[in-house]
Amino acid sequence: MSELHWTSATELARLLDRKEVSAVELAEALIQRADEVDGKLHAYLHRTDERLLEDARASDERRASGETRSRFDGIPTAHKDLFVTKGVPTTSGSRILDGWIPTYDGTLVERCTAAGLPLQGKLNMDEFAMGSSTENSGYGPSRNPWNTNTVPGGSSGGSAALVAAGGTPWSWGTDTGGSVRQPASLCGLVGVKPTYGRVSRYGVIAFASSLDQPGPLTRTVTDAAAFLQIAGGHDPMDSTSIPEPIPDYLGAIESGIEGMRIGIVREFEEAEGTDPGVKSRVGEAYQRLEKLGAELVEVSLPSFEFGISAYYLVAPAECSSNLARYDAVRYGLRVEGPDVVSMTSRTRAEGFGDEVKRRIMLGTYALSAGYYDAYYGKAQRVRTLTIRDLERVFADVDLIATPTSPSTAFEFGAKTADPLSMYLNDVFTVPVNLAGNAAISVPCGTSPDDGLPVGLQLIAKALDEATMFRAAYAFEQDLGWAGSDEGRPSI
Amino acid sequence: MDIDRATVDHVARLARLDLSDEERERMTAELGKILEHAAKIQALDLDEVEPTSHAIPIRNVMRRDETRPSLTQEQALSGAPEVEDGRFKVPSILEDESP
Repeated sequence: MSELHWTSATELARLLDRKEVSAVELAEALIQRADEVDGKLHAYLHRTDERLLEDARASDERRASGETRSRFDGIPTAHKDLFVTKGVPTTSGSRILDGWIPTYDGTLVERCTAAGLPLQGKLNMDEFAMGSSTENSGYGPSRNPWNTNTVPGGSSGGSAALVAAGGTPWSWGTDTGGSVRQPASLCGLVGVKPTYGRVSRYGVIAFASSLDQPGPLTRTVTDAAAFLQIAGGHDPMDSTSIPEPIPDYLGAIESGIEGMRIGIVREFEEAEGTDPGVKSRVGEAYQRLEKLGAELVEVSLPSFEFGISAYYLVAPAECSSNLARYDAVRYGLRVEGPDVVSMTSRTRAEGFGDEVKRRIMLGTYALSAGYYDAYYGKAQRVRTLTIRDLERVFADVDLIATPTSPSTAFEFGAKTADPLSMYLNDVFTVPVNLAGNAAISVPCGTSPDDGLPVGLQLIAKALDEATMFRAAYAFEQDLGWAGSDEGRPSI
Repeated sequence: MDIDRATVDHVARLARLDLSDEERERMTAELGKILEHAAKIQALDLDEVEPTSHAIPIRNVMRRDETRPSLTQEQALSGAPEVEDGRFKVPSILEDESP
């Protein structure tokens, strides 16, 4: 059992069941792995090693007395640091929340505990999930295990870096415009953006409420489906939660894609700025889907070119409103001032980083008197166009296939000078958040140009994660990259 | 889209951000550039298109009006920078609202 840390959650569940490994042994292996790699990666903001071992001991006792909470009882996880955890520091990557200790667990955290998953800690991220590289973290960036001179992607970059380096089998991130799928793509992982409302947002620190959706980062498609099943499903504490039970994704996951119709988007293929290495790997992935029995169909999403513009009005507008709660009164940082307004204004100026300030300003402007209709109102109408476009295409196809990100992992500082160039990283992922559909990023090997991972995105209809998992699984199995030596970074 | 310094000053005040002079200068240029990109959608004729606020429509989510366990006063105050007599403590709010 020398390579426990590279073992998938699904396989670990078997080993635990057969008593070939204990939860404590597993916890110890992952603590050792964190000691080995996290100095290079800075994936963690806060490790809970003691609690991890305690949780693991409790899990072993449950297993010994035949009272496991789920078949994954004893398999640890670490959460992106915007999931509120009772008694464990939670910062959302921001200095304004430095030292804050929440008094409750969010629903997703509660469900992971209810399934018996020991807690490893909290993971780095772009401040308030705004960014595509973790360079906007108030606590310094994380690094990509494939090449530590490059970013892991973001905003769920700490989660991606840790899973890719074998530091945990699985981690929850959140995806507002691509923040799970893009880091999954850049780190060679599976990343899922479930249908909006599939996973509860109760206890998830808000960025843009109509777009935010938690999603799993894993090394295999099966683990992603299993993790979604553990934490997803209706929650009365979130009024936007879909009032339906979570379906069984694993039952039909092996049934293949024979006869599926998969759309290839003309506008995405013609978009400028996609790396040649990404194009060639993703092109091969399309051929593989065809070889597996799918029919490729050219489709058109004319509203695509307006997606980024609409997103970068809707998301900042909602963030400017959500982040008004950081007022130096109820929690977090306070910088003193002679009156409330100056105290609040000084605190926010000191506690927020550049990108967060930029988006608050942009959002406040877009919502301010005289500009609401021209900006926020217009962006909401473009959102309707995106939904109509996708509905029209999905009348004819089962899935849409695209690159996840136009580039592989880039070097630190490459895009920080120009906010717009960072935003354009999200061109292929943002329309999915605007429309609320489900999507997955699945690895399709490494780029011939730089040897870094490339991701294939499969977009599904709203609520149809099952079809997406089936296709991603068929592709993953046929490619044979995940779990092979080639599919692991040498860190 | 041209954003001038006066607009940045106004928006910063609305957003309760005490930005430095250097930040205000930078923000003036950056916001202009981002809004220029956003202006692409301003040219679209969308009067006939309904706005979407939530992608997955769910209406009238109700629950019974019953008391349930919630945070205690102590828990609610536990993260506050300053507390007095079981309440949040803030500086004067009635004076000096003038710029």
